[in-house]
Amino acid sequence: MHEHDVLVIGGGGAGLRAAIAAHEEGADVAIVTKLHPVRSHTGAAEGGINAAIREGDDWELHAYDTMKGSDYLGDAPAIETLAQDSPEETVQLEHWGMPFSREDDGRVSQRPFGGLSFPRTTYAGAETGHHLLHTMYEQVVKRGIQVYDEWYVSNLAVTDHDDPADRECHGVVAYDIKTGQVEGFKARNGVILATGGTGQVYDHTTNAVANTGDGAAMAYRAGVPLEDMEFVQFHPTTLPSTGVLISEGVRGEGGILYNSEGERFMFEYGYAKNDGELASRDVVSRAELTEVNEGRGVEDEYVYLDMRHLGEERITDRLENILHLARDFEGVDGLEEPMPVKPGQHYEMGGIETDENGETLIDGLYAAGECACVSVHGSNRLGGNALPELIVFGARAGRHAAGADVSEAEITTGKTAEIEEEDGLETPVEPGAVATDDEDVAADGGDVSADGGAAVVEPDETVRSAVERERTRIERLMEKDDGIQHAELRADLQKSMTENVNVFRNEEGLKQALEDIREVREAYQDVYVNDPSRTFNTDLIHTIETRNLIDLAEAITLGALARDEFRGAHWRQEHQERKDDEWLKHTMLSWNDGTPELWYKPVILEGQDKTYEPKERSY
Amino acid sequence: MSTQVPEEKEQSETEQEVNAETEAEITEGASYGDQRRSQRDAQRRESVSGAPVDIEGESFELKVFRYDPEVEGKMEPRFDDFAVPKQKGMTVLDALIYARDRYDTTLTFRHSCRQAVCGSDALFINGRQRLGCQTQISDLEEPVRVEPLPHQDVVKDLVVDMEHFYDQMHAVEPFFQPDEEPDGDLEEYRQTRENRENIKMSTRCIWCGACMSSCNIAAEDNQYLGPAAINKAYRFAMDEREGEDMKEHRLNVMDQEHGVWRCQTQFSCTNVCPKDIPLTEHIQELKREAVKQNLKFW
Ligand SMILES: Cc1cc2nc3c(=O)[nH]c(=O)nc-3n(C[C@H](O)[C@H](O)[C@H](O)COP(=O)(O)OP(=O)(O)OC[C@H]3O[C@@H](n4cnc5c(N)ncnc54)[C@H](O)[C@@H]3O)c2cc1C
Ligand code: SF4
Ligand code: FES
Repeated sequence: MHEHDVLVIGGGGAGLRAAIAAHEEGADVAIVTKLHPVRSHTGAAEGGINAAIREGDDWELHAYDTMKGSDYLGDAPAIETLAQDSPEETVQLEHWGMPFSREDDGRVSQRPFGGLSFPRTTYAGAETGHHLLHTMYEQVVKRGIQVYDEWYVSNLAVTDHDDPADRECHGVVAYDIKTGQVEGFKARNGVILATGGTGQVYDHTTNAVANTGDGAAMAYRAGVPLEDMEFVQFHPTTLPSTGVLISEGVRGEGGILYNSEGERFMFEYGYAKNDGELASRDVVSRAELTEVNEGRGVEDEYVYLDMRHLGEERITDRLENILHLARDFEGVDGLEEPMPVKPGQHYEMGGIETDENGETLIDGLYAAGECACVSVHGSNRLGGNALPELIVFGARAGRHAAGADVSEAEITTGKTAEIEEEDGLETPVEPGAVATDDEDVAADGGDVSADGGAAVVEPDETVRSAVERERTRIERLMEKDDGIQHAELRADLQKSMTENVNVFRNEEGLKQALEDIREVREAYQDVYVNDPSRTFNTDLIHTIETRNLIDLAEAITLGALARDEFRGAHWRQEHQERKDDEWLKHTMLSWNDGTPELWYKPVILEGQDKTYEPKERSY
Repeated sequence: MSTQVPEEKEQSETEQEVNAETEAEITEGASYGDQRRSQRDAQRRESVSGAPVDIEGESFELKVFRYDPEVEGKMEPRFDDFAVPKQKGMTVLDALIYARDRYDTTLTFRHSCRQAVCGSDALFINGRQRLGCQTQISDLEEPVRVEPLPHQDVVKDLVVDMEHFYDQMHAVEPFFQPDEEPDGDLEEYRQTRENRENIKMSTRCIWCGACMSSCNIAAEDNQYLGPAAINKAYRFAMDEREGEDMKEHRLNVMDQEHGVWRCQTQFSCTNVCPKDIPLTEHIQELKREAVKQNLKFW
């Protein structure tokens, strides 16, 4: 059994920042990650980091823009923390050597981004995430922080108290991808989940293949509620063939969207009269799809994004990476032709419920980055707000887990007096776990309190018994020699989600998705791993990941079915209006030993010294 | 434990017609329903929006290196052939994924971002180091032959051991070491546009290891730092935010026996780098700087 004070699961932006912070507090910290840190998806971020660091701007403006962009579903204490901490954290990156783009006076450049009242997006070319990731990894190397790379964390070691609020997390179980060993990792102080996004729930996504939402799914099954999962951001400018992202920076610099008739539809069809191409992502995504659905798309599939008029010099200076992406992945020369684009899954606004210090309902379990929901993005994330989230909340979680004296969080986690239970949601199928005999539960991933026997609460024993359960599960998957393979199940799941739980949603489609998910869940009982090898068995890893995708797809769909209004990224055909009277509240989903429970908690609109009044979003 | 790709590739090759056979096998055993599968296949072919478009009837041969140290029948390195339907815009990575998901789920390779930023799928494709995700099938001669990076131990199939590469990267103190912090909390270091421009290319490295694998000298001399690590040193040595003393220290490291002087300017690293980093030029530049510095102390 390995043992450290703080275990950080994931080596992307959030994980690296958390590890550095914990290390600075004097903790013995280790990073456990299924990819080598520099392979994390943070490296793909292009556009930039929002931080109010210039005269004329201040954190309050940043907070206001974010609250408005969230369509009033973000919590004010979280949003204000993001806006307040981001300048210092961003400048910290510069001090660590990050090669930001520069102004003539040698200071870092900023540019305009959608939904921002000030050009506060700090950037490093069109490869901000790459530089952020590498800069932080360099700091991890400098500090000699231990990294277990290519170790897949497959379960959490959580005590099996009946009530999730009483449970404690003492570590994780991880699988050494190189050798096939299953080992326990004990955390004396805390485990920080920083496992990133869930893009693989969909088949057209900007996310990496590794973005399978493992952390969120594991926390959910351990009893931590998932928050606001129905809010999935679709980015309006992805390349049609692969889902590769064309940064919002292109529109920020003045890129223009055209339909097949050569019309600048954002203005001409009145989708966003004031902001045009720089309207929020949800607005632009819907506009594009409406154009396509009404027959003004190109090849019935996409629209054009044109940056030729910006001129070669400006393009190569600020958007050079875009030229490479368009050429390598779509065969288009952005200097000569407009680029084809369509919406694609991009970001999961929801995630593991945490407070501003990254704490979850379960003692000793933290989350930060895209897998977490504090919540700063509400129903719609502004471009350039995820990278500051990683560093701000990564650092706070790291510090708190290391035992630093930090200010108390204003956001509470778990069920409080104000909760509201969902009642009367009609689902076409029974969601949640599949009732089976013991053996199949092993293939199912099990859940914390599945032991049935005496409660396991002692730290070492908790880790040991979690390791045992995981070994059994993996052996079962490996020993079974026929059945169904994960690739098929994953493809079915992705297809249904893309068809039914996409930019446009309706009741019929959402119900269809729930049925499809149920079918996949049942079929998963029969899943087996074809590759008998202990060495680098990606077949096994993908099989375990697929289970996580099933649970997350269901969480997204259940939340979406229940929320009968239109807010931010969540559009419902039958309910095309924002219903503030009913819906200024967060969707919460608890696994409850296999039976998902939906409940709600109010949004906190009250900030440090003002209350944010919901306003109509007008464009 | 591990092996390297055999020099005599032709001899160790066992041609295998896995496609037709394996497909039949998969169909037989499945309890999820043959019907569903054929339905799905039909749907896939229909090319719903975004789905790949088959180029009518054409397929190409993908020859993939196979090896597993612990599986009977795979311990002896060999090549497997897969027939993959040609699709518009298909990359080598897409083809590998197709072969794995359709024919043989044991086929093993690293990949993640699909967009040339994570650096995990550097492979030896038709005799050259390239990123699978960045290489269009249509740009290659057929059959398309995919092998693990040469000069690295093979863990399994296309996966190589990257430890040595990481060690070399770590050996050059790959982190920013300024003399002093700027005054004031929110003050940045000032850096001129010219200086940023100067180091820009060097900061693009994604740690894919292609350059190291292409380098003859690195293959002979295990301790040679290699192009990627030297480029990393360049990135910091030339950054004006680090002070003169640090630059001197970095040049001293480069001036060691297994540093810059090993490079014989063969340009193989520069030729294969998927990020177009002028590696040889950066190595030369450091040689010049090291000479200048030595002259200064004479
Ligand atoms: C193409 C693209 C462009 C973007 N551009 C911007 C932008 O310009 N500005 C902005 O603010 N945001 C942007 N975003 C969003 C932002 O980049 C992401 O939200 C953010 O990088 C996520 O970081 P993370 O640290 O949470 O996760 P990741 O970087 O995805 O890291 C996840 C880590 O967890 C590890 N992991 C996962 N599962 C396991 C497991 N089971 N066991 C062990 N380890 C595990 C992985 O190995 C990885 O190291 C962009 C996103 C994409 C996809
Ligand atoms: S220098 Fe180029 S080839 Fe070498 S590791 Fe970096 S990106 Fe890969
Ligand atoms: S898959 Fe990331 S570089 Fe190719």
